[in-house]
Amino acid sequence: MIANPPPVEFLRVTDLHAFYGESHILHGMDFRVNRGEVVTLLGRNGSGRTTTLKAILGLVGKRTGSVMVNGRETVGMQPHKIVQLGIGYCPEERGIFASLSAEENLTLLPPVGSGGMTVDELYAMFPNLQERRKSPGSRLSGGEQQMLAMARILRVGARLLLLDEITEGLAPVIVQALGRAVRTLKEKGFTVVLVEQNFRFASKLADRHYVVEHGRIVDTFAHDELERSMDKLQSYLGV
Amino acid sequence: MQALFGQLLVGLINGSFYALLSLGLSIIFGLVNVVNFAHGAMYMTGAFFAWIGLSSLGIGYWPSLLLSPLAVGLLGVAVERTMLRRLYQLDNLYGLLFTFGLTLIVEGLFHHQYGNSGNSFPVPEALQGGSNLGFMYLPRYRAWVVLVSVAVCFASWFVIERTKLGAYLRAGTENPKLLQAFGVNVPLMMTLTFGFGVALAGFAGVMAAPIYQVTPSMGSGLIIVVFAVVVIGGMGSILGSIVTGIGLGLVEGLTKYLYPQAASTVVFAIMAVVLLIRPAGLFGREK
Repeated sequence: MIANPPPVEFLRVTDLHAFYGESHILHGMDFRVNRGEVVTLLGRNGSGRTTTLKAILGLVGKRTGSVMVNGRETVGMQPHKIVQLGIGYCPEERGIFASLSAEENLTLLPPVGSGGMTVDELYAMFPNLQERRKSPGSRLSGGEQQMLAMARILRVGARLLLLDEITEGLAPVIVQALGRAVRTLKEKGFTVVLVEQNFRFASKLADRHYVVEHGRIVDTFAHDELERSMDKLQSYLGV
Repeated sequence: MQALFGQLLVGLINGSFYALLSLGLSIIFGLVNVVNFAHGAMYMTGAFFAWIGLSSLGIGYWPSLLLSPLAVGLLGVAVERTMLRRLYQLDNLYGLLFTFGLTLIVEGLFHHQYGNSGNSFPVPEALQGGSNLGFMYLPRYRAWVVLVSVAVCFASWFVIERTKLGAYLRAGTENPKLLQAFGVNVPLMMTLTFGFGVALAGFAGVMAAPIYQVTPSMGSGLIIVVFAVVVIGGMGSILGSIVTGIGLGLVEGLTKYLYPQAASTVVFAIMAVVLLIRPAGLFGREK
């Protein structure tokens, strides 16, 4: 048996506060993600999970505290500089540009690291996108938009993926395909932060689950603690 | 017949300037979200730079066609970097007010320095004269203005709709924050876009110098019509600006032939009707 290498921290969020204008959304988030880990942020709607991803990227009005990405402090950096540390972002509303064709959307993003997948590899992974490559972004179905939103951040060489509600509103067969995609990414050593409403989807993929309430982390469950803690978790999520 | 074609030619010339100016306004409004009231002042500055270049430095029309827009573009970059960008977080009314104030300052400076009277700029030698087409006389310089304007408009459209650079511009026009979250330096794009837009205005100014008198107020008369063109075409629509600009110039010319009294109001009448029927403009997307 070879000993596992010690975990290397890729993302560390410490006492993160975020504001939109006058409203104070995050109240001291603390969590960490090691290289190659998949973690989820679970919580009710409005608990601050989407804002956490946006705050990591510097897309909120104001943020205080610390967000270390790959050993670099990013609070105070401009959003495009933060992303260039190797982050890929898949926003909740998918963020497909309507006036660009599918292929223009796919190839738009500048590289943020080395070793990104080629367009051919991505078309092999998501064959629908190849058929629809000339279609304007506005004409793609929800599932196609979601695949495109995933595919384009795999092309740029990002090592940390922030995925916001990627299964929302999609048919079960597409959700399964996305599950396979995330599992493949984990095997390839990507670091992933998932914001998920679909707990069944998240529970099978993640190493760790953070529970978010009122803009802070209130609890943490490791993958192997899940069975035992189901009752507690359900009370948090209110299902 | 001669009179009709004559007026249509004047309309086509005016339309070429409307198209060049509203194209720049549209690109700026689309990405930077600023209604650039100073666009007319930049057009005037472009014409003045050419005139000053010729009368004081001996720089002719051809070098000016490149140098003057370049200088106006750099001026735009400086204004965007030092002042305009501080207003982006505010309502875009502030951008409009700022550029309006800037217009008054720029026009005032030229008034102070060069007075109110018109300065004429000679047509370059190679483009003097004209040809008789049988049904009308076509001055060579005017043909040149129409050709170059259409070429510049088409090239801009091609770059925006068919190239990677244009894809960035379109994506940034849709959602600048998201584009920046993908690692694109959007603030730099905004600076360069503002610079390019006003450089187009400066270019139009140099083109206009041999046709109209070069005066400090030459931009303020034109810009009102250009804003009407942009509203009719649809704020932020590239193709809309070009087609509407040239089309409305022709409509104006036709009106001048049919009912001269209405020639200067016809554009505004069309604007009122379009606003009532299709508030987003003929080519604009409803939000």
